[in-house]
Amino acid sequence: MLHYLFRRSVALLATLVVASLIVFLVIEVVPGDPASYMLGMNAQPDTVAALRAELGLDQSRTLRYLHWVSGMLHGDFGRSYTYRTPVADMVADRLWVSLPLAIYALTLSTLIAFPAGIWAASRRGRLADSAVMGFTQLGIAVPNFWFALLLVMLFAIQLGWFSAGGFAGWDSGVLASLKSLTLPAVSLALPQAAILTRVMRSSLLDVLHDDFMRTARAKGLSARQALLRHALRNAMIPVLTIMGLQFSFLIAGAIIIENVFFLPGLGRLIFQSIAQRDLIVVESVVMLLVFAVVMVTFLVDVAYAWVDPRLRHQRR
Amino acid sequence: MNYRYCNPTLLLLMCVAGSALAARTDITVGMVLEPPNLDPTGGAAAAIDEVVYANIFEGLTRFGPDGSVRPALADGWEIEDEGVRYVFSLHPDVTFHDGSDFTADDVKFSIDRAMAEGSTNAQKGLFANIDNVEIINPEKVAINLKQADGNLLFNLAWGDAVMLDEASAGDAATNPIGTGPFRFDKWVQGDRIEMVRYDDYWGKPVKLDKAVFKFISEPTAAYSAILAGDVDAFPNYPAPENLAQLDADPRFSVVLGSTEGETILAMNNAVPPLDDIRVRQAVAHAINRDEIIDGAMYGYGTPIGTHFAPHNPAYLDLTSKNAHDPDAARALLKEAGHETGLSLSLKLPPPAYARRGGEIIAAQLRDVGIATEIENLEWAQWLEQVFKAKDFNLTIVSHTEPMDIGIYANPDYYFQYDNPELQALMTDFGSETDPEKRTGMLQQAQQMIADDHVNGFLFQLAKTGVAASKLKGLWENSPTQANDLTAVYWDE
Repeated sequence: MLHYLFRRSVALLATLVVASLIVFLVIEVVPGDPASYMLGMNAQPDTVAALRAELGLDQSRTLRYLHWVSGMLHGDFGRSYTYRTPVADMVADRLWVSLPLAIYALTLSTLIAFPAGIWAASRRGRLADSAVMGFTQLGIAVPNFWFALLLVMLFAIQLGWFSAGGFAGWDSGVLASLKSLTLPAVSLALPQAAILTRVMRSSLLDVLHDDFMRTARAKGLSARQALLRHALRNAMIPVLTIMGLQFSFLIAGAIIIENVFFLPGLGRLIFQSIAQRDLIVVESVVMLLVFAVVMVTFLVDVAYAWVDPRLRHQRR
Repeated sequence: MNYRYCNPTLLLLMCVAGSALAARTDITVGMVLEPPNLDPTGGAAAAIDEVVYANIFEGLTRFGPDGSVRPALADGWEIEDEGVRYVFSLHPDVTFHDGSDFTADDVKFSIDRAMAEGSTNAQKGLFANIDNVEIINPEKVAINLKQADGNLLFNLAWGDAVMLDEASAGDAATNPIGTGPFRFDKWVQGDRIEMVRYDDYWGKPVKLDKAVFKFISEPTAAYSAILAGDVDAFPNYPAPENLAQLDADPRFSVVLGSTEGETILAMNNAVPPLDDIRVRQAVAHAINRDEIIDGAMYGYGTPIGTHFAPHNPAYLDLTSKNAHDPDAARALLKEAGHETGLSLSLKLPPPAYARRGGEIIAAQLRDVGIATEIENLEWAQWLEQVFKAKDFNLTIVSHTEPMDIGIYANPDYYFQYDNPELQALMTDFGSETDPEKRTGMLQQAQQMIADDHVNGFLFQLAKTGVAASKLKGLWENSPTQANDLTAVYWDE
């Protein structure tokens, strides 16, 4: 197990170093000077030069890269050009929206997908199976922002149960905050649940015909018991992989939903920062996301080992 | 029907009681863009002024809702020495939100800070003619100019010229402390800015006790936010396509006003083929303004024939000079030797007026034999390529600064119009203080740039605002980029 973890950690570190280089270079190459953007059309050249110096943009690329990386190692992500506040604080603020939203959505999608997938698999070819498959087809086909708009029209404008968007803020209470995240979470969860249901079902169907399933039935377990105790655990690996991918996507990729519900999440932060050429924010947030994705993948790898003992004992 | 329940006195009483209970004193204002910071003296973003101007920060003078320059922190002034010295008497008993007094020292500090060598004031040019600021006593301050300047009071009304306190100016980006009727409370970045009434305000007290600015960039989200009542007003509503629907709804009122945004099809006057006035004139005649206003702006916008705001008393309607006339355009192109057609680059910044308008203009130009190569740019790229490097033939942009015809006197400005006659005229205009002569000079300048077909003059950007119908006192027009809440109240 330790050996396995070690190998995964080295891969993780290498990914991070390469990613930091790519992120920095790509963003530096994009045209557009942050200082002229901030000062607009009537700014005089000496004003722009003064601001460039203030932001440290007059230093060489290599210096700025080293400065950035060493800063990050100390937990200092730099200071936003436009907002003039530490990037770490900004990201932390946004994470308090994005992370709960991602967890909320993932919980919802799991709560829908697991029972639906298991049910469909156990009733393969019957009406229930076709119904579930039909719904998942629909769930994948419907774009989530359109679904979100429908939710807003019904629950916010017609019924007035929820506000059309915005985030209450955790200081106004957990319930109020969760309430403002509910419509976004539902719109994010449904398409995810549809995919997850399908993966769950097909993965279960794959193992249902394995020898150990026949043995389990021969031991005297009912079909249902065999499914829950033996098949489910073996079917979990593809499901966990998809969940890991979905979670990483939810943290940063919820940008469209964040725009529809005007939520101050990470996705919108990146979007704004790119438009405003707030390079340091873009670089640091992208790096953080790379880190998050790599970490989620790592945790999923660990989870594989946990559900599948064979992986734990693998040696090379 | 039982008449007991229709007692008029009783009904009246109920109404009075009801309104006394219901009158709200808070407001949530929707805005499309979030300000990057809250220091109006340290950035060009219009969103900064849209939050802080007149609400948190004030200057010596200010713009009124009609664009006129009015006294603010200065309650009067005298012009001495033939216009080179302005003596301001400051309003007494003015305090900053942190409790410190506003005095002549703060005036000197604020203006010196904006003019200083390393200043990052985006409109440093406003202060270029100021020689020095002289403190006469705590309530009197003189501004000495390099030469007579009729624009000073106007320049001091800009958001970039507001008064700050030395102790708090450094943190204005995140914690703005001004003298206005509202005090900054908190900023949830990406979501909203909250401000509350400042009880020690020197001027007329405001009726609202809390104001929230909420940032909603997506037009559909803005629409749902208005319908669901999440925002009470959207002074620059981003979805013109459903204004008619909101107007029909008794809960909302749609207010159409004017802005200072002259939207132009800018042409690169220094680079062939647009250095030839015949080609520029051909482009001007190829444009059908009504089609652009209808197609790109859903009918909201006033056609202009020169670079000047139609609501300004000095405006001349010159739209007939460059009216839609495709035949004339083709003839001019032929005369200029382009009968086989020509191809121009058309670089478009992100706003809808440019992206949607660009497609329509491209079609209109194609009709007279000009092919265009459309390139969509982000603002940062636009500033770099078009504005700074002048690497373009055509672009569409709205010039939103008030009274900015002076940009035509700068041969180095991105459209590179170099006319010594106009430059001399604008220099004279700067030192002229007689209002009548000033108007005449402005009209002469409008004529000149229209005659030279410097740019394609399209339309004045409209201000399309939506607000709850019971909300009163919001600005109808936009003489400067501001959401002045000082006169806003709920009429219930």
